[in-house]
Amino acid sequence: MALLQVDNVSKNFSGLRAVADVSFAVPDGAIFAVIGPNGAGKTTLFNLIAGVFAPDAGTIAFAGSRIERLQPDEVCRRGVGRTFQIVRPFPALSVEDNVVVGALLRQPDPKAAMRRAHEILGQLDLFEKRRHLAGALTLPDRKRLEVARALATEPKLLLLDEVMAGLRPTETDRMVEIIKRLNAESSLTILLIEHVMRAVMSVATRVLVLHHGAAIAEGPPEAVVREPAVIESYLGVEAV
Amino acid sequence: MIAHLIRDVPPRVFVWLAAVLAVLIAAPFVANDYQLTVLILILYFAYTGQAWNILMGFAGQLSLGHALYVGLGAYTTAALYVHFGIGPWVGMPVAILISVASGAIVGFLAFRFGVAGVYFAILTIAFAEFARIGFDHFTWVQGSSGLFLPVANYSHNDIIHLRGQPVMFYYVILALTVLAFVICRALLRSRVGYYWQAIREDEPAALALGIPTFRYKMYAIVISAGMTAPAGVFYAFYYNNLFPEQTFFIVRSIEIILGPVIGGVGTLFGPVIGAFLLTGLSETLQNVLTSLGFDTPGATRVFYGICLLLVVIILPHGIWPPIARLLRLDHRETPEA
Repeated sequence: MALLQVDNVSKNFSGLRAVADVSFAVPDGAIFAVIGPNGAGKTTLFNLIAGVFAPDAGTIAFAGSRIERLQPDEVCRRGVGRTFQIVRPFPALSVEDNVVVGALLRQPDPKAAMRRAHEILGQLDLFEKRRHLAGALTLPDRKRLEVARALATEPKLLLLDEVMAGLRPTETDRMVEIIKRLNAESSLTILLIEHVMRAVMSVATRVLVLHHGAAIAEGPPEAVVREPAVIESYLGVEAV
Repeated sequence: MIAHLIRDVPPRVFVWLAAVLAVLIAAPFVANDYQLTVLILILYFAYTGQAWNILMGFAGQLSLGHALYVGLGAYTTAALYVHFGIGPWVGMPVAILISVASGAIVGFLAFRFGVAGVYFAILTIAFAEFARIGFDHFTWVQGSSGLFLPVANYSHNDIIHLRGQPVMFYYVILALTVLAFVICRALLRSRVGYYWQAIREDEPAALALGIPTFRYKMYAIVISAGMTAPAGVFYAFYYNNLFPEQTFFIVRSIEIILGPVIGGVGTLFGPVIGAFLLTGLSETLQNVLTSLGFDTPGATRVFYGICLLLVVIILPHGIWPPIARLLRLDHRETPEA
């Protein structure tokens, strides 16, 4: 059974069709990528899954139960963690306290939550910076802090919204490595939105391509990038 | 519980805290009547500042109407005492309950309907103003002509009925302030404290981490309002007279927030240090001016204004954070941006 099942989901913003009748399924244990040009509706799709918006039509099921009418905090408590495209750390809190906030969801005792936070910071190479203020971190560190904080809520499904955008190639490789490791070691299912094709090709087991809000292709990455519709939408008609 | 509270407190901090507390306990033995009055005023503002700080400093919701909860606490216990002879300690739980209920109403209206930022602040002012105008016409508590508690010359201190000498009031407000400090520290170190700070820093991000932000904001306003009410009880029995025009006046609300703003919003020591500096220095200033023969009743207001201006320009996070860094109490490695 699929961990996440999205069926015929649509969302309009006063006439603009941001997501149009999109369906897909994310199998348990997959690294599933959603790609598409700017304005294709990727982040809107994410926000629909995370509960920020309710869809105008369609259903979203997570681990067998419907979640499309739930609030973001309820979706998170069900086991869906997310990061934000534009990172949102708690700037005046230390790095470790940022992660503790996430960990407190499953470990109500702050002491236990702090231990959990330190483990996660270790996994994401942020342990050394645990006492820095989150607001003072560099962008690559902030992106990893976003992931750490979401991981601390112990999700079954992790939604990563462009965690590699704006990173240098070495940083991108580091993030790819982390995502692969999380998926392999903690059997975490990952749904990621990504612009960086190099990263998508090396990390994703399955790819969904959005264009003008609609799904135009889905399949293994090598197959999807050869589809004419994908090349056209991504690189322009002239390139075909 | 106690072990939880003192965890991670460096021994030298204990020594300092014990020394400060010892000085405060010993103060009445050396202070004259006037100095004792000033100390009572300082501790009163430290206490109310601490209670206000829960809502603004911890949870990030700016209340400019905390005089509402002071006033409700004051009027509730005073009315129970005047009409039914019910003592302040029995009246206090009732006062707290009424404050909690009105805090819950303000909070529900604001947080349920997404009223935030300056609009939340305006809503809190509006409720304090409703109370001011309402109590002006509330004849059971004598309306605008004021509610007076019976005053007699007390030869002994009656702690049960809070009737007696300033020294007794001093120890009562000192105990309340210490209690508020301990409660705030416990809150800040618990799950609710972390969640409040997350909401203050970024509410959508807090939601995404599974925090039911509406519920936690309600906790903040209800606890803050409930903690403010005992200050009103103290106010009523210490001053023995209550006028709606004074008790619920917006300036009372502003006075409550000046201490924590100058001391450091969101810190535990900020409200205490702010109250000491502001009230202590302004009274000293007033004294010096009077002794020099100047009759300047507005001097303290000007002083408040100058203090606020200096802090906003030079120390936008308040006086406490740099002190904490100096004393190496802040173990975060990068300074406040």
